[in-house]
Amino acid sequence: MPGLKDVKDKINGVKKTAQITKAMNMVASAKLRGAQEKMESFRPYAGKFADTMRDLSGGMENSDLPLMEVRDVKTVEIVVFTSDRGLCGSFNANIIKAANRLRKQYEASGKRVQLVTVGKKGTQFFRKTGQLRTSFNDIMGSFQMFNAREISHSITEAFLSGESDQVDIVYGRFHSVGVQKPEIEELLPIKPLVTTEEAAGKSAGGAYTYEPDPAEIMDVLLPLFLNVQIYHAMLEVGASEQAARMTAMDNATKACKDMIKDLTQLYNKARQAAVTGELMDIVGGAEALKG
Amino acid sequence: MAQIHLEVVTPTGPVVSEEVDIVTAPGVGGEFGVLANHAPYLSTIKTGTLSFKKDRQTRYLMVSGGFAEVSNNKITFLVESAEAGFSIDVDRALRAKERAEKRLAQAQQSTETINRVRAEAALQRALARLKAAEMSRQ
Repeated sequence: MPGLKDVKDKINGVKKTAQITKAMNMVASAKLRGAQEKMESFRPYAGKFADTMRDLSGGMENSDLPLMEVRDVKTVEIVVFTSDRGLCGSFNANIIKAANRLRKQYEASGKRVQLVTVGKKGTQFFRKTGQLRTSFNDIMGSFQMFNAREISHSITEAFLSGESDQVDIVYGRFHSVGVQKPEIEELLPIKPLVTTEEAAGKSAGGAYTYEPDPAEIMDVLLPLFLNVQIYHAMLEVGASEQAARMTAMDNATKACKDMIKDLTQLYNKARQAAVTGELMDIVGGAEALKG
Repeated sequence: MAQIHLEVVTPTGPVVSEEVDIVTAPGVGGEFGVLANHAPYLSTIKTGTLSFKKDRQTRYLMVSGGFAEVSNNKITFLVESAEAGFSIDVDRALRAKERAEKRLAQAQQSTETINRVRAEAALQRALARLKAAEMSRQ
């Protein structure tokens, strides 16, 4: 039977941990709301952008644009988006696992793989593979467009200089507060967006006057489109991270409460044992005096 | 006077959404104006000042990189950033301009073209911001 004081100390310790996890849960939920708002305000921009891209790519030869050029794939670049901080359950581990699997798949098919990581957790893991081309850390959470621009700039440079022939991105998609899943998407070369019959009919009319001509517009739009996609991935990861942390911290708080309950029981038992022991002593002493 | 619906959308949300008389925008091929019932039109936008007139009042916005689409009596700007002229902090913009100029001077000496391109873009943004601020103060 552990000493009374030990148990009491342990209970207090667990109570403090529960306070911290509870606070972290609340902070995460506030941050999640912020991230979701950002996603909400980004949606009209992204939606409109995709619409225009679809309209434009419907009626043109895409192969002559460098960012759409399909080459024989020798080197694949994988861009991994994770969070900068831990304590969010298996969120980062899942993304890293998915990215690692993808990496091994490409290697098995005889392709060279190089990695770009966004977020500290991924950087820490993939550093030891020696395939890291570059990494961007401590930019999650602020969601600035210029961060996205910098990342896409670096990726574009590598692609255009032939350092990579294909670029995939791996990030955590936010499905709901309870569900975030790793998602793999091909980023470069940019594929012409699938045009539905309806949209094709609309753009085939060629009612628009383009200035400069569509090909040149595409030349300007494609890099912007990359920014949009990178920014989108960053937003998704940001929201997912907070949601995952919320759930993880909620579980931790619950575990703490269970522990406190068990420990309190143990404490009461120990106290009762001590009381009983003392009573036995007193009774024993009284009996002895009676003679 | 017939009006056209103007919308300016950035990744951080819509900035302007209202009926206006005329819109003047910095297109890649030069500045262009759009009135009500303009024919469908699509143009890329460079960093500069966008102005629109409504009730005899002209307002200015600083916009950077994107495109404009005109259809169905509606003009939509999709730009990476937009700032209203009156909300621009002139002192801050001036400092940004000086910083950009300094960086450009440094970049010109080095062989890296990326830095130069970036510094030039930063300078253009700073200049556009200053211009938008100045014009909305007149």
